[in-house]
Amino acid sequence: MALYLARRLLQAALVMLAMSLIVFVGVYAIGDPVEILISPDADQMERERAIKALGLDLPLWMQYLSFLGNALRGDLGRSFVFNEPALQLIMQRMPATLELALGATIMALIIGIPLGLYAGLKPKSPAAKTIMTGSILGFSLPTFWVGLMMIMVFAVQLGWLPSTGRGETVEVMGTRWSFLTWDGLRHLAMPALNLALFKISLVIRLTRAGVRETMLMDFVKFARAKGLTNQRVIFVHVFKNIMIPVVTVVGLELGSTIAFSVVTESVFAWPGMGKLIIDSINVLDRPVIVAYLMIIVMMFITINLLVDLSYSALDPRVRLENK
Amino acid sequence: MSASSLPQGGLPTATVTGAPLKVETPFRRFVSEFFESKTAVFGLVVFVLAVTIALLAPFIAPQNPYDLAQLDIMDGRLEPGTVGGAGFTYWLGTDDQGRDMLSGIMYGLRISLAVGAGSAIVACLVGASLGLLAAYAGGKTDTVIMRLVDLQLSFPSILAALMILAFLGKGIMNVVLALVIVEWAYYARTVRGTALVERRREYIEAAQCLALPTWRIIFRHLLPNCLPPLIVVGTMQVARAIALEATLSFLGLGVPITEPSLGLLISNGYEYMLSGKYWISFYPGIALLVTIVSINLVGDHLRDVLNPRLKK
Amino acid sequence: MKICNRVALLAAVSALAVGLPAAGQAQNITIAVGAQVTSLDPQYHALSPNYAVAEMLFGALTGFDANGRLQPGLAESWKPVAPDTWEFKLRPGVKFHNGNDFTAEDVAFSIARPPTVPNSPSSYAIYTRAVKGVEIVDPLTIRLKTDGPYPLLPTDLGQVAMLDKQTHEGATTEDFNSGKVAIGAGPFRFVSFRSGDRLELERNEDYWGPKPVWKHVSYRIITNNGARMAAMLAGDVDMIDQVPTNDIARLRRESRVKLSEKDGLRIIFLGTDQSRDGESPYLSDNDGKPLPRNPLRDLRVRQALNIAIDRPAIVQRVMEGSALPSAQFLPSGTFGYVPGLEPVRSDVNTAKKLLADAGYPNGFRITLAGPNDRYLNDARILQAVGQMWSRIGVQANVEAMPWTTFAARRTRQEFGAFLSGWGTASAEASSPLRSLTATPSREKGWGGSNGGRYSNPEADAKLEAALSELDDAKRETLLQDATRITMEDVGIMPIHIQKNVWAMKPNLVHDARADELTRAQDVRPAAK
Repeated sequence: MALYLARRLLQAALVMLAMSLIVFVGVYAIGDPVEILISPDADQMERERAIKALGLDLPLWMQYLSFLGNALRGDLGRSFVFNEPALQLIMQRMPATLELALGATIMALIIGIPLGLYAGLKPKSPAAKTIMTGSILGFSLPTFWVGLMMIMVFAVQLGWLPSTGRGETVEVMGTRWSFLTWDGLRHLAMPALNLALFKISLVIRLTRAGVRETMLMDFVKFARAKGLTNQRVIFVHVFKNIMIPVVTVVGLELGSTIAFSVVTESVFAWPGMGKLIIDSINVLDRPVIVAYLMIIVMMFITINLLVDLSYSALDPRVRLENK
Repeated sequence: MSASSLPQGGLPTATVTGAPLKVETPFRRFVSEFFESKTAVFGLVVFVLAVTIALLAPFIAPQNPYDLAQLDIMDGRLEPGTVGGAGFTYWLGTDDQGRDMLSGIMYGLRISLAVGAGSAIVACLVGASLGLLAAYAGGKTDTVIMRLVDLQLSFPSILAALMILAFLGKGIMNVVLALVIVEWAYYARTVRGTALVERRREYIEAAQCLALPTWRIIFRHLLPNCLPPLIVVGTMQVARAIALEATLSFLGLGVPITEPSLGLLISNGYEYMLSGKYWISFYPGIALLVTIVSINLVGDHLRDVLNPRLKK
Repeated sequence: MKICNRVALLAAVSALAVGLPAAGQAQNITIAVGAQVTSLDPQYHALSPNYAVAEMLFGALTGFDANGRLQPGLAESWKPVAPDTWEFKLRPGVKFHNGNDFTAEDVAFSIARPPTVPNSPSSYAIYTRAVKGVEIVDPLTIRLKTDGPYPLLPTDLGQVAMLDKQTHEGATTEDFNSGKVAIGAGPFRFVSFRSGDRLELERNEDYWGPKPVWKHVSYRIITNNGARMAAMLAGDVDMIDQVPTNDIARLRRESRVKLSEKDGLRIIFLGTDQSRDGESPYLSDNDGKPLPRNPLRDLRVRQALNIAIDRPAIVQRVMEGSALPSAQFLPSGTFGYVPGLEPVRSDVNTAKKLLADAGYPNGFRITLAGPNDRYLNDARILQAVGQMWSRIGVQANVEAMPWTTFAARRTRQEFGAFLSGWGTASAEASSPLRSLTATPSREKGWGGSNGGRYSNPEADAKLEAALSELDDAKRETLLQDATRITMEDVGIMPIHIQKNVWAMKPNLVHDARADELTRAQDVRPAAK
């Protein structure tokens, strides 16, 4: 087990090294950050000074090596735009994104699993058909469009919820969270639902597919034959089996939800790290882009590892390879 | 890919038995089961209709919306049903450039479908092959492929696509390429996950005992059993590909502005939604929605029909 | 219905608040702006949203009024005491938020600091570079020496925020952002700043100028147009800037929202590639074969392309009226505006004839590039120009791309023609002449944004003379001459000058500014 973990960590380091190189070359290829950051009034001399100040006059490989050297000491560079450590900038905004992503995931599970169970157990009922059609709509609609429609209806027309932004925050253990205040929850509701829509559909489909398959399996028939109650069959035997794909996908999706909250965050002006990354890409703020990706990669690797571990716990047939 | 692989599995049987019409072959059984669902048939009809419109667009559209010389900004943002300067009626109105929305949707459908289907097919071929290989071969091959998958999945797809497009420049082929690079890992992971369970089952062991060639075990035995989740992912990925293309266009990096896809038409019109000019965004949105929903209706039912475990 | 009631109630409540004599001034305002404030350090990143914030928190020696004309700020007056020396008289009795007096020492410190700010991507040093020597005459008088006559010094110093030497010596950009040293002499004091989200300010009770109306200002950053608009319509904010042109027509009919407008200082124009003499990959004949010579070097071709553009159509259809057709850099009333230089009427036949005379009776193909995320409706204007050129046989391959990509390609002349914009915050013509059309020269600092590498020695000579002419009247004539020469040679093709539009609740009054800055001191409750 320890060996397995060590191997995975080594692989993680390699993945991160590859990522940082790709991003470095990628951002370099897109364009010159000085072009967008510099005052239009600046002349050629000022331009050269700015390029030098940001260390962009060095050859790319030298920039990369000095980045690597600093990264090993835990310094991922300073933002070109904000002149603050990139890591610090991202960490300041991480709680906002985390609460958005977790809110969306919880919504997806709470709404998705019961609907999926129902649709799987009574596939022929009209309600189940409605649920399934709804789930198709859920991932057919473009997120940014739905977001705007939600703002139009719930904030502008009905005036029930605030249109954009994050609500009041409370400081807990050094970070500011908004889900602990009523105002914060009101602000959180729409963006979280917007982000959850796709995942609700996903959970519904996975749950339904799992239920339908499992219900036909021999062990379920056997359990019924043994005289177990319907409830026990569903919630113990069936549930355990369908949780494998649901755990995998929701686990994987949590990471991607955090990564893809960019669209929701820009539509709802949610001050999270997704918004930061889009803004940073627009101005090619390379230190922030690289640092953000490093964090995301780390998160994904951790999530993947956890998913693999829970796989082996839930399904003994899958063994962690130790060869 | 899923739909086309089936007839190949079924038709040879029919020719070998040599029997005319009445014999039940796997393919016929599949067809008749598929047609049991009215919604799926409806989806198929709509989808075929959408494909037909897309293919025939140059012949049936009142205007070539990609030719700037045929547009006139003085006809911009006209309401549906207005007769324009060129003398024909804009049944669905015009966008800000004076582009006939009906023609724009027909041509846009062409691009969206081509981009969505093209990227999904290629991504599925690449992803599924690598996923199967990883699961079957195990060991180092598995490790390398799966770390590649991790690498790909840890890269936010919008960002990856954005960089690829910034590097390659705009254009339909580049969008397809970017989407393939972004999406293949989902197929690989899904197939590997299922295949990992399947390959330890008895029938694979039995096949191995019979000394069947590896490719045959993979494609004839392992693959069909990995299909159901692949189809679930596949249908969702087509929708995702089209939506991602829309998002890329929304960010200004998708197809060229003079040749808008449905996604780009929606993004262009999105800015006019709040000011009441709904038709610029609404009709392309409906077209996109109907197309995606029809694909999903078909895919959804296909999955039920194809799942071997539902037929015991 | 419900909204109407809510709005009516709101209006009634705020009207009540305004009406009460004692509580009349004690109000809060929430403003949502469309551009990112990147730093509270007023000398770190030269960018207009940062200027706007600096003018609320800090202030400079000189300033600009709503029309962009120079006016006194922390300096009461200034005059040249020798051809190479300017003397500034400081405003007496000005205190920083921490109670320190504002003196000539602080001015000397503030002018010396910009080049020392580390990692600046866009330094304010370009505005202090002309200062070669500083002489403190008394606590309220300071003399600044320049290298030869430099008439633009008071204008340049309008961009340089004044800091407190005692507080800011050794202060870093982070110290400003955290609020530790966000201390100035401006009308508002710092409360809190959450980067990318909002800046909270409160009234500076000891402000030297007119007492600020607002007790508390919440300055929110909402970069997405739709989201900002929705926040306004939902009543979550009191005022927004950068109102999308598509919404203007509807908002004029909307009773819950009022608009304020001002002709801006930003020109949108087209440039052409003058760098190549022979073949260009971005120009070809109608069959796609390269042209042996660059047609854009021929004045008649440039005139034809210019005459083909129907500016009123672009203004009316693309900009929905929120722009002015233009034939020069600046709107009327500014320093260096050329009276009588009006846009040509678009005329397809004249344009075709000019093309035929130049040897291109059937036109040619051209790559027309531009940004799609920098200027109002930039990509739409590009397509409209493409349409208009196609009418005279010039087939444009329109390429709209993000600014970062476009700027890099523009520097490499990877286009036939390009769309760009220029904002002249100082409202005088030397700025665009020097950066956009002067022959690029590293030593002189000219042509920094001259994407097409246009060059006209005659215009250069006039500009050169203007830049060392201290007499305002003579300088203006020289700038007008340079502008006229450039425009007659179609050095660039101006399209229009943008109007700046703000939206706010009907109970507010806003002094709209030409320089696009959104500042809390320009808003006040409507008189009862």
